[in-house]
Amino acid sequence: MFAYIVRRLVAVIVMLLVVTLVTFGIFFAIPKLTGSDPALLYVGKQADPETIEGIRQKLELGDPVLVQFWHFVSGIVAGRDYTGGGTSVHCDVPCFGYSFRTEQDIWPVLQDRLPVTLSLAAGACVLWLLGGVITGVVSALKRGSLWDRAAMTVALGGVSLPIYFTGLLSLAVFSYGLGWLDGEYVDFAESPGEWFGGLILPWVTLAFLYAAMYARLTRATMLEILGEDYIRTARAKGLREPVVIGKHAMRSTMTPVLTILGMDLGALVGGAILTETTFNLPGLGQAAVKAIGDRDLPLILGVTLIAAAAVVLANLVVDLLYAVIDPRVRLS
Amino acid sequence: MATQRNSRRALAAGAALVVAALVGTTACGGGGGKDGKHGGKAPGFNAGIDKVASASDKKGGELRFIGTQDADSWDPQRGYYGFMWDFARFYTRTLVTPKAAPGKESRAVVPDMATDTGKVSADKKTYTFTLRDGLTWEDGQPITSRHIKYGIERTWAQDKISGGPLWLMQALDPDKTYKGPYKDDSPDKLGLKAIETPDDKTIVFKLPKANGDFPQMLALPAAAPVRPDKDTAEKYGQKPFSSGPYRWVSYTPNKGLELVRNEKWKRESDPVRKALPDKITVKLSTNADDMDNRLIAGDYDLDINATGMGSAGRQKALQSAKANVDNPQTGFIRYAVFPQTVAPFDNEHCRKAVIYAADHTSLQTARGGPDAGGDLATGMIPPSVEGYDPGYDPFRLKQGKPDLDKAKEELKACGKPEGFKTTIAVRNNKPPEIATAESLQAALKKVGIQTDIDQYDGAQTTGIIGAPKNVKSKGYGIIIMGWGADFPSGQGFLQPLTDGRFILDSGNNNYGEINDPAINKLYDQAIAETDPAKAGKIFQEANKKVTEGGWYLPFVFEKNIIWRSSRLTNVYTSDAYNGRYDYASLGVAK
Repeated sequence: MFAYIVRRLVAVIVMLLVVTLVTFGIFFAIPKLTGSDPALLYVGKQADPETIEGIRQKLELGDPVLVQFWHFVSGIVAGRDYTGGGTSVHCDVPCFGYSFRTEQDIWPVLQDRLPVTLSLAAGACVLWLLGGVITGVVSALKRGSLWDRAAMTVALGGVSLPIYFTGLLSLAVFSYGLGWLDGEYVDFAESPGEWFGGLILPWVTLAFLYAAMYARLTRATMLEILGEDYIRTARAKGLREPVVIGKHAMRSTMTPVLTILGMDLGALVGGAILTETTFNLPGLGQAAVKAIGDRDLPLILGVTLIAAAAVVLANLVVDLLYAVIDPRVRLS
Repeated sequence: MATQRNSRRALAAGAALVVAALVGTTACGGGGGKDGKHGGKAPGFNAGIDKVASASDKKGGELRFIGTQDADSWDPQRGYYGFMWDFARFYTRTLVTPKAAPGKESRAVVPDMATDTGKVSADKKTYTFTLRDGLTWEDGQPITSRHIKYGIERTWAQDKISGGPLWLMQALDPDKTYKGPYKDDSPDKLGLKAIETPDDKTIVFKLPKANGDFPQMLALPAAAPVRPDKDTAEKYGQKPFSSGPYRWVSYTPNKGLELVRNEKWKRESDPVRKALPDKITVKLSTNADDMDNRLIAGDYDLDINATGMGSAGRQKALQSAKANVDNPQTGFIRYAVFPQTVAPFDNEHCRKAVIYAADHTSLQTARGGPDAGGDLATGMIPPSVEGYDPGYDPFRLKQGKPDLDKAKEELKACGKPEGFKTTIAVRNNKPPEIATAESLQAALKKVGIQTDIDQYDGAQTTGIIGAPKNVKSKGYGIIIMGWGADFPSGQGFLQPLTDGRFILDSGNNNYGEINDPAINKLYDQAIAETDPAKAGKIFQEANKKVTEGGWYLPFVFEKNIIWRSSRLTNVYTSDAYNGRYDYASLGVAK
């Protein structure tokens, strides 16, 4: 088991290096080939060629992409000094780059934004798992009933309606209209109550979308499992129905749910872009949107790396959890 | 069957209830807002245009800004966004500053840290200022003439202090002989020869060439003082050291900021700023619709960016809370320009054919209509700039419709009676500009001018349409753009667009590549003139030459719809700040 974890962690690091290299290529090599110049993003409307060249040196854009890549990777473990163009800016360990747009190290920005995204993802995850799995199981057990049809219709609606619709609708009703929920994010440390109040709408909106998907997935899987021989055997042996469902059917049902959960959680931690934008949550997704609008390449790179790391690590955790849930895939 | 029908009825009833609730709640939200947040009755539609709405000197409260765009930098020497210049008066002072008065009156500069607007030498090349008594930094230390010189010098360090306006550098040291304070070997880092500081209270500017707009340049935040021991170079914009009535408490880029009173600032030393609120906050959002709704609900007082409400918010505000809305001129012109390096736009008649064939009302609609888009433009000087002539309309653009007969005549005269083919270049991140490109494309087709629309990366403007070589190689015959004045004179508006000496290899703004010695000469004459009215007349002549040369097709003199909460006092729009409210005069207590 330990060796397996170590192997997977090494694979995670390799994967992140590949993602970094590809992202670097997209942001720094392709613009070079197409003739666009990132230095022009940082100069004002009266800039002369000398100024543009100074900025180019400061951003070290003259270096080959592989050299820039090496500087970036080594900066994560050793820190970095930006010394081009006669200027010197120090970036502390772990240096995930330096934003010449906001004149900030990237890592503190990511640290500042990550808790918001984690708050959103964790709260919504609890809601959608509870809502989605319970609804899916009940629907499967009451297949064809009014409950089943109503629940699946709502689930279909949930899957079909995008966040920017349900989000705006919930804001229009509960925030601007009824004034029940402010819908503005406050740090947990500042006021836990306001933090909770500010996240209710985003949680529910996000959970509505995911719960719908999980309900449909759980229902379909549960129906399939309920038709399996071992369930029939369990019932034939005289086991009580709650035990058949709760112990035997649920374990198998949860395997695909867990697989999808790992992917979804990883992607959400990387930035729930639409939810954060709609509800103006200052998380990683919102940072990514602003960074793309401002062409803040180092910040885009930082968020991309966090997103990639979140997906890869969440999948690792899921793989390890398989062994707990399903003895058939227990690792030797 | 009966059960099914009943469940359908129940569903229909439920849906109707949701719709009713939505209609009800959103109607309640419109203008009414939350009790206690609005602070009373709003003064009326356009109450803040050309006059002061809700005049009051009562101090206290929190002035709450919201916005969707952070400043390019809060460093006085690096910021170039219009709203940053307006906001900068909270924490920076300059020798002179735009008059704190509504509309046209704000175009004049008045003394701020200086005792007067400067003593000008007979040859108009030397300006001498004396500093007032009682000027202090936020730690109580006195502001001296050396701090002002140091602040201005920072602009020369373009490797560190990039992005801001370069007017002072161009006026004082056009050959850029000085390398900036960070590479200055002199012990006090005050090596710029064009500025002298004979004592702590006197500062002398020596210009190589007379420039009547020099006081306007000194009114920009780029002329604000910076104290060398507080200068953090590139990072200064994260917490500028205050010389104004408010000091910085916190700032997180793209999230928000907070200013509180600078207790060391002395009211008697400042004849301009009212400094009424106790606290100023800015919240930065990513959802423009949410921002408009929160403004209408009374959660915030005004949009710091002031680029106009979105279409949904605008409609809601105009229908249910019109008394909270102003519709000012922004000082911008939205236009198309014809680079004469791209054939057939080297021919005046081909350019004029496009001007006559365009559907001007359709272009105005594409920009948002008469209120949110602006008035039909007739020339290349906007109403907020000295030299504007309301009666001037050589192409009769005010009639708002194409003149197809004239367009065909011009096509014949340019030797292309059947029309021609060209490319329209437009920024991909500006939906109204794309809409104007499409409008122009449809209108030109009617006279045989076929166009392709190239939507280029709007963030790369400097290197794409700002590089004449690239414009020529891509065959951009029509470029869609907009322009606002850095300061309300022809030099601040028209010259960078049309003076041949301003054509640059990169970062060019004279997209038409106009280089007419007669026009250039007019600029020299106007700039040397220190009387703004006389200079305005000369710029008016230049405008006629530019407009009648057919290099530009002006669409609109831009206007927008901006929100002010009912709490706000001393509200008025300022020409000096592109039709934004004069932030430094605002209060929130009644």
